[in-house]
Amino acid sequence: MGLSLDLREQNLKTIEEIKSAIEAAVPGAGVEIAANPSPSGQVSLRVEPSHALAVAKFLRDDADLKLDYLSNVTGVDWPESLEAVYHLYSVEKKHGPVVLRMHTVNRSDQVELPSLTPIWRSAEFQEREIFDLYGIVFTGHPDLRRLLMWDGFKDHPMRRDYVDPDDFEYEPTAHDEVLKRAKSHKDRDQGSGNREQMAGTA
Amino acid sequence: MILAETKAKELEGWNRQAVIEPKGDGELLEVAMGPHHPSTHGVFRMDVALDGERVIRLKPVFGYLHRNHEKIAEGISYLGSMPYTDRLDYICPITNNWAYALAVEKLTGQEVPERAEYLRVILGELTRYQNHASSIGFLIQEMGASGTPLMYAFREREKILDLFEELTGARMMVNYMRFGGCRVDASPGWLDRTRKVVAGLAAFVDEFERLLAGNEILMARTQGVGVLRPDLAVNAGVTGPMLRASGVNYDIRKVDGYGIYNRFKFRVPLGDHGDVYDRFMIRLLEMRESIGILEQALKEIPVGPVMSPTAKLRGFRPKPGEAYGRIEAPKGELGFYLISDGGPNPYRYRVRPPSLINLTVLEDMCLGHDIADVVLIFGSVDIVLGEVDR
Amino acid sequence: MLGEGILKGLTETAKNFFGSYFSAERLTTVEYPEQRIAPFEATRVFPFLVYDAENRDGGGPEWEAGLRCVACQICEKECPPKCIYIEKSKDKKLDYLGKAQYYPARFDIDISVCMSCQICVEVCPFEAIKMDTKFELSTTDRFGGLLLDREQLAKSNEYYHQIHSAEATAVDAKLAIEKTKFDAKAKVAAATAIAKAAAVAGEGA
Repeated sequence: MGLSLDLREQNLKTIEEIKSAIEAAVPGAGVEIAANPSPSGQVSLRVEPSHALAVAKFLRDDADLKLDYLSNVTGVDWPESLEAVYHLYSVEKKHGPVVLRMHTVNRSDQVELPSLTPIWRSAEFQEREIFDLYGIVFTGHPDLRRLLMWDGFKDHPMRRDYVDPDDFEYEPTAHDEVLKRAKSHKDRDQGSGNREQMAGTA
Repeated sequence: MILAETKAKELEGWNRQAVIEPKGDGELLEVAMGPHHPSTHGVFRMDVALDGERVIRLKPVFGYLHRNHEKIAEGISYLGSMPYTDRLDYICPITNNWAYALAVEKLTGQEVPERAEYLRVILGELTRYQNHASSIGFLIQEMGASGTPLMYAFREREKILDLFEELTGARMMVNYMRFGGCRVDASPGWLDRTRKVVAGLAAFVDEFERLLAGNEILMARTQGVGVLRPDLAVNAGVTGPMLRASGVNYDIRKVDGYGIYNRFKFRVPLGDHGDVYDRFMIRLLEMRESIGILEQALKEIPVGPVMSPTAKLRGFRPKPGEAYGRIEAPKGELGFYLISDGGPNPYRYRVRPPSLINLTVLEDMCLGHDIADVVLIFGSVDIVLGEVDR
Repeated sequence: MLGEGILKGLTETAKNFFGSYFSAERLTTVEYPEQRIAPFEATRVFPFLVYDAENRDGGGPEWEAGLRCVACQICEKECPPKCIYIEKSKDKKLDYLGKAQYYPARFDIDISVCMSCQICVEVCPFEAIKMDTKFELSTTDRFGGLLLDREQLAKSNEYYHQIHSAEATAVDAKLAIEKTKFDAKAKVAAATAIAKAAAVAGEGA
């Protein structure tokens, strides 16, 4: 009760069958199964970026799978690489999810991945958001620019090593770390907003 | 501005619905329907390039309400994120809570007691009703009705919010669902009051329909405006009433059958044309279906506990793994994708926002129409900026 | 005929307008601040600290001596926006059970940050922090006026009964049960100690 139908009940092939179907249709695709130890049962397929577009087209157009609805595109920041995770469902056959993952080569200079927007238009805004917040460059995206941050913004906020810029205006009740950083803004002309600063005990 | 530079030719092949070229020469007028605007449902900007009054290009710009909820969630525990989910789609906090609780329950395999499931359905359908009532009210308001239908809708909404306050302590930011059930049990008095309120909801939908559905001004302004093709809708990831108005039968309550929805008999209304009028009528019809589900649930709700005995409040550390849990929120498919690394905080916490993804097709629906129609089409998408920007 | 839908709509509006003179259902406006709606039992706005006037260990004012809070800092850790700031005391005082507990030397809640989520109430093991219902708290002091300290937060158990009577009665019952259990255990422990001392004295003699 409360858990959705697993892949088998929905008449969707098992993950091994999907993998063999992909390898049959796109030779040399380099698809692996990535395990998921949690009880959710949502196992994912790791795809090589070079063949991702062909694999995606096959998944969308194949008569049995017909995964025509891309529900969610997520960016993840791992210690050695960045990752994009795609959750696919089928509106026609009412089954899913099939999860695809792609890793970049590293986190610093080789951060390109192919964009799946030509296959599923719903990736358009979501890939822009991942570019904005993680820095993955999606080659082939029609309009890759920042989505949530403003255009001139540098750096990528969702990365684990992101440091907040030190330009906050005031903190009414700062303490610990924030107080230490607020002290350096003592002479800003908005007036000191900190209780200890006003009392002179900062 | 990038707008006037985008040539129509570049957009071909990207599954665009239409490609409009301006008539004659001269410059396009670029208008920023800016973030400070009474009709944009929040801080939302649309850069529109106009040829006279016809829309040639439209680009939505948002991020003014971006609070980086996903990063906050990486720094606090799973339970601590629950009040933040209230503030995503702030008109429907119950369904946000439910989607997050469902995702965590999938991640840990947690069972939910039956009474809690019934309470979730009751509160979820009440939320859907008041969301659709507000959405229609705001759409009519933007058409120029100066707030009368909106205030009638808000009168009903007040009754529902009073029920929420009595049960959970807050009208909107309820923080009610927990992983493994609901926070507080509903007293028999609350259930009686809910039955009384539900008995009056159908009369309101009738009144609303009499007030609006035959109104000639409404029909002239909304029929044939902002048509969305079904294949584009599916490919662009549109979900919720917008998808069903285009004729695609996909309701996650029926497809996934999460919770106990497969016990209730309800129909899924579908539209024929995919225009603004269809989206408006779909929301009205879904309000009626919600009343049906509420009556069934209030009749069948069993006694029992509302929290699973295996649920933990503090020291909650799910095992490593990932899960994607989704529900049919009033605005579309609301999903939460969680990656756990075994610690008390999530490693990755992602919200799949229906409002953001439904906006993908805003440009396609608006091309060729007048700028006055842009406000209506945008209102029929029914977005909430808290969810778009997170 | 053209316009029929509009006329039908206008009759609905007229029904509502004229009906508002006759039925309360149609006139729902409450003219705040002259009229107010009574808050619900479960309404929550901002937290406050409960003190028991009967618990008078230690000197100082009544609210300070009777605070139930033992500065365990669980609410500070679980608070999502981190608006609670606690400093533990160096010494201990007796609580209502008679056990020596720390108390908070400083307990600040920044209500401009607090989001009324009530998680602090849920996780407190000592029934020390509960939700208040006052919301007319605006102040002209932009910086310190919304930072409530220990004294502003401490409210008596009688006040708690006034605002949340059912909840307060349940809490009192629970604390009374704990006291009886604790007293029973203490009696048993004292009896065994006396018996042991008597046995030792008997051997020694």
